[in-house]
Amino acid sequence: MSAYVRRAWMMVWKDVLTERRSKESLNALVFFSLLLLFVFQFALGPERARVEAALPGLLWLGFILSGLLAFGRTFLVERENDCWEGLVLTPGDKSAIYLGKLAGNVLVMIVVEVVLLVLFAVFFGLDFTPVLPALAAVLALGTLGLASVGTLFGAITAQMRARELLFPVLLLPAVVPVLLASVSATQTVLAGEPLADAAAWLKLLAAADLVYLVVGVLTFEFVLEG
Amino acid sequence: MIQAEHLRKTYGPTAVLDDVSLELGTGQGLTLLGPNGTGKTTLLRIVATLLRPTSGSLRVAGADALKEPEAVRGAIDMVGHGSWVYEDLSALENLRFWAVMGGHDAGEARLRAALEEVELDAWADRRARTFSAGMKRRLALARVLLGRARLLLLDEPFTGLDRAGRKWLGEFLLSFKARGGALVVATHSFDAGAGVADRVAILAGGRIVLDRPAAALGLEDLRRLYDELAMGPGTAS
Amino acid sequence: MAARALGWLAVLALVAGLGAAFGYAPREAVQGNVQRIMYLHVPAVLTAYLAFALVFVGSVGYLLTRRAGWDRLALAAAEPGVLFTGITIASGSIWGKPTWGTWWTWDARLTSTAVLFLVYVGYLLLRGMVDEPDRRARASAVVGILGAANIPIVHFSVKWWRALHQPSTILGPEPSPIAAPIATTLLINWIAFTLLFAYLLAERMEIARLEDTHAG
Repeated sequence: MSAYVRRAWMMVWKDVLTERRSKESLNALVFFSLLLLFVFQFALGPERARVEAALPGLLWLGFILSGLLAFGRTFLVERENDCWEGLVLTPGDKSAIYLGKLAGNVLVMIVVEVVLLVLFAVFFGLDFTPVLPALAAVLALGTLGLASVGTLFGAITAQMRARELLFPVLLLPAVVPVLLASVSATQTVLAGEPLADAAAWLKLLAAADLVYLVVGVLTFEFVLEG
Repeated sequence: MIQAEHLRKTYGPTAVLDDVSLELGTGQGLTLLGPNGTGKTTLLRIVATLLRPTSGSLRVAGADALKEPEAVRGAIDMVGHGSWVYEDLSALENLRFWAVMGGHDAGEARLRAALEEVELDAWADRRARTFSAGMKRRLALARVLLGRARLLLLDEPFTGLDRAGRKWLGEFLLSFKARGGALVVATHSFDAGAGVADRVAILAGGRIVLDRPAAALGLEDLRRLYDELAMGPGTAS
Repeated sequence: MAARALGWLAVLALVAGLGAAFGYAPREAVQGNVQRIMYLHVPAVLTAYLAFALVFVGSVGYLLTRRAGWDRLALAAAEPGVLFTGITIASGSIWGKPTWGTWWTWDARLTSTAVLFLVYVGYLLLRGMVDEPDRRARASAVVGILGAANIPIVHFSVKWWRALHQPSTILGPEPSPIAAPIATTLLINWIAFTLLFAYLLAERMEIARLEDTHAG
């Protein structure tokens, strides 16, 4: 394994271990997803049809809100343990750190998304199984888009006083295309239509993901300094 | 190892460092004395390439610190106020993390050997959360041992250590020098680091007001000079 | 003093543009006089795009060279950029009220422009919250670069999203062939806005340079 991959992997390993032992973030995030479900229901009223109609939007609303919490905490463990400077001083390509953190964030989002899907299925009596593969594809592309910008901006706001305010303000406008594309593609998939019908949206998502990743990889070293 | 010329660091209208020039040769030890808040940490962080000076030039380990900070980072290590310890990882896991991130050999035998040298081998698998400040500092030094740093920067490393701890640290630093490494110890306590330093510099008012070989100064002379220069004339005890 | 000359030139061009918009350009048959606001709306959005392209240039320039001048360029372009984006949205909205009876419509261009506005307001907010000049420059440079790279992506995603729900409304000049007086008036106003932007840019950069010298 090249040194670059080893370092990226090391970041993931360290974050997974830390999370498993402190059990801080993930439990709270999962519980937050559950709460969102209730909030959506109460906001939309008891008519089941309204929720079903809004389902693609609600799903992505849930993912984005959870993502705001999750990505905003991206470098929290470094901040709390005073390890940020240590990362700055590691030699070599800093983008390995970005990719490692990104992978960690994607893992967290996968857990949150699975939980949210299960909760929606249980609470609203929905069955996602026939469309699961197609849905997974949309989720994968959309999550990558959210996480790539989220990790980058999370690093930018990590050292700031006003990070809780500034992080959503920066992230939400930037991921508008991801939101539009993901919701539209999810709508197509949930309606039982073949994935090919959402091809244009998926291509847009893939292109957006690529652009965001490239920007992240190229600019992360400048974010990490100081 | 270090060639700093006319370094200046300003935050808005305040100049934390005014006109700092410093030189340090390979394998030499420098004690940087100064009361708290006079810019020792800032200077150290600039040398470590964690901070960019507002103006001035700096070469560290043969590379231009402003143009090629990465080249500098490969040759230095730092033990600062934060000890770079992940509290939820064990001592061994912390070392493995930093060894891999630094591109060093992270074989378990090597990691345990480093822990043994800093007398933390009994705590190898304990979570760092339970460590005292002194133990975390020793863990940081184990990390240094695993690296290939030719220059070690330490910020107040003796703080919070008891007599035995200070003695131990002094010996550690001497053996680091004996292996050819250069040292900068920033401290506000002038008898810390005595015996380790080849030179002593006093930082006051953002400038280096004294820079002499340690051998040329008796401890009492140094105490007197430090009080006068750093705290103001007439305060010498 | 070059900036002062630019300023006067801009005023002249703006007056000319205003005159052309009301005197020279024809009255639109269906929409009436309110359609003339297009001569404000279209040049404003074009100038905003120019501004954000310069933010991108300044951002990349700073990251590559660490020279403060590039960061000043980015800042000095972003502020007028947000202003012109705001003008674009406001003029689009004012146009929409008599035309569709509502202040806001999720028309593709209006929505894209609104997203652009949000991105760069965020950019300015970020700058306002970081004191240390190097960190501020680096952080905003990354946001500026992503913002610029995102512009085409936002444009297409909003356009397709609108196409799903309603056929796109025409908020621009009539489809070709564009009558000469309309094209000329547009051109005059576009040049006027660009000159105004250049003046604002130059002045803002000078102010930033003075602020930096004073602080350092």
